[in-house]
Amino acid sequence: MSRGRELYELTRVRVLLFLREPEALFWVFVFPLVLAGVLGFAFRSKGIEPARVGLLEGPGADELARALASDEHVELVRFVARAEAEKKLARAALDVLLEPQADGVPQLAYDAHRPEGENARVRVLRALDLAQGRAAAPVTLAPVEETGSRYIDFLFPGLLGMNLMGTGMWGIGFAIADVRRRKFLKRLLVTPMRRSSFFLSFILARAVFLVLELAVLGSFGAWILGVPLRGSVAAFALVSLLGAGAFAGIGILTAARARTIEAVSGLMNVVMMPMWLGSGVFFSYERFPVALQPLLKLLPLTALNDALRGVCLDGSALVELTAPLAILLTWGVLSFALALRIFRWE
Amino acid sequence: MTTGEVVLRARGLVKRFGAVVAVDGLELELVAGRCLGLLGPNGAGKTTTIEMLEGLKAPDAGEIHVLGLDWRTSAAQIRALIGVQLQATEFQDKLTVFETLRLFRAFYADSRGADEVIAWVGLEEKRGARVGTLSGGQKQRLALATALLNRPRILFLDEPSTGLDPQARRRVWETIEAFKASGGSVLLTTHYMEEAERLADDLAILDHGKVIARGSPRAVIDTLGAESVVEFTPVGGARPEHEAELLTLSGVSAVRHEGERVVLSVTRTQDAIAGLFALCARRKLELEDLRTHRPTLEDVFVSLTGKHLRDE
Ligand SMILES: Nc1ncnc2c1ncn2[C@@H]1O[C@H](COP(=O)(O)OP(=O)(O)OP(=O)(O)O)[C@@H](O)[C@H]1O
Ligand SMILES: [Mg+2]
Repeated sequence: MSRGRELYELTRVRVLLFLREPEALFWVFVFPLVLAGVLGFAFRSKGIEPARVGLLEGPGADELARALASDEHVELVRFVARAEAEKKLARAALDVLLEPQADGVPQLAYDAHRPEGENARVRVLRALDLAQGRAAAPVTLAPVEETGSRYIDFLFPGLLGMNLMGTGMWGIGFAIADVRRRKFLKRLLVTPMRRSSFFLSFILARAVFLVLELAVLGSFGAWILGVPLRGSVAAFALVSLLGAGAFAGIGILTAARARTIEAVSGLMNVVMMPMWLGSGVFFSYERFPVALQPLLKLLPLTALNDALRGVCLDGSALVELTAPLAILLTWGVLSFALALRIFRWE
Repeated sequence: MTTGEVVLRARGLVKRFGAVVAVDGLELELVAGRCLGLLGPNGAGKTTTIEMLEGLKAPDAGEIHVLGLDWRTSAAQIRALIGVQLQATEFQDKLTVFETLRLFRAFYADSRGADEVIAWVGLEEKRGARVGTLSGGQKQRLALATALLNRPRILFLDEPSTGLDPQARRRVWETIEAFKASGGSVLLTTHYMEEAERLADDLAILDHGKVIARGSPRAVIDTLGAESVVEFTPVGGARPEHEAELLTLSGVSAVRHEGERVVLSVTRTQDAIAGLFALCARRKLELEDLRTHRPTLEDVFVSLTGKHLRDE
């Protein structure tokens, strides 16, 4: 029979079987989103809230407004009616209320017990000082610029890497162990099916899920969580493809000889555990002892996470990611080759 | 294909699993258009034999020719020409009957339509049902349907009706008979003697990996040399001294014990029964549950091996 049709039908069946497995769909598509949402929320940094300053009309109100405009963290609201402004202040919809006076010394009303009130007071006074030419004490400011500064920006590429690992390994490993246990594999072997088609169908089906996975998780990350993609989409896709390929190979390898689902799942846990911990999914692997780090960098998930973070957060081009990509490629090629050699057909 | 042509030949087949010799110098021939039944108890080596013939297991010694081809050189060609039902294959539960057949069709250049084999095994109503929802008998029929897809010249069936109720079993038998009628050859393993008697033109009875009797079912039964079998349970238990006396009765050719029961192979039924009653009267023996029946393959098997085909 034509290779194409055989391959198409085998792949189609693999995809159908996966889509008919609700648990698998949950772990691949829903769980990482929930995890990203929960962790991203728990560890969010709040950023700088603007000071909400109310300004009543009166003599010199325009000058005051101009002075305050010099501070980008001041949100100015002007009022004509005092009663309305005082009500807002009382309800903490305003942090301070500035009222011009006939004698030219404006009055600043605020709640001294709220940190926001205190913050707004300092900002207003500083803005007025500057406007009157009184210089601030001479200090050289050196703000720290963090790249991909939020925790979720760090976390999300790691979760994506972990997901590519999990889907590849469980998805392929379990399916192989299952067809072997059912003797379905044996039944296929008494047909003229090419053995290479059997392998290839798993790889192709994996590629189909990869597109779905990247579409769902990627758009969630970009639009809902606001994780940046500073590199090119093509680089991102290629890194993901190499990662998925490496883990597909490792998945086939772990299932190459196992006769039962239990044996496969035990083996998978042994293989994945070091990577869950050491590959920098949830926290940077640089927190591990220095002596350990060269080893950690050789793990496929570490390489994948580094490459994904490089593309997303640092905007790295592929040439800058040669090292992690070479590691992924090596894992993929070696594990496929070995799996083919030791595969238990019976 | 000319009748009388040998489509499958095995010579001196041996298969060992560690210290266990599962198949021990087996010789087989399947003639075109006929059904050869391998009959034997659990562990006799039926599955090991048939899996070597299907190319799934390599024999440790011996030769196999399938339609004149050798597995070692022409595996892909042979696979296109045979249909196989394994002992206990589970198909994918979440595929439908039709989807399963659609997958298997893709492996053959010349294949029957899925609906054609569905009709053949009578699964029309289950065409769109998931495999996981089928009954045991329906699953066996699906397995048979996949084996028939490629218009096989030889059909290999490993216990095609084990675990089925009588009605489902009859359906399977009818499909196999229809395949044979269309000119196909069948190699079948079973431990149901009714199945062997109905489907098989030739039989090979296996025990410990060896053929211990072969021929047509009639010929195999005739090796017992008995017109009928008489069995009974003596009240108070069978006593060894009776055995010699029973053997002297006119018309009795063999005596054996099965637990409490005594089983006589009998060449002239009437004489033997008359003699048996006379003996009972002399020895004041009382008999329970006296029965006579025509000899079956089971009787042949038990007399050859001392074991039953099935563990009761
Ligand atoms: N993979 C194996 N490893 C070890 N021993 C095996 C293996 N397969 C079969 N055997 C042994 O070989 C012998 C023959 O087994 P086989 O499955 O051929 O018997 P069978 O006649 O098909 O029995 P059944 O009626 O139970 O299906 C048995 O003793 C069995 O335990
Ligand atoms: Mg068997």
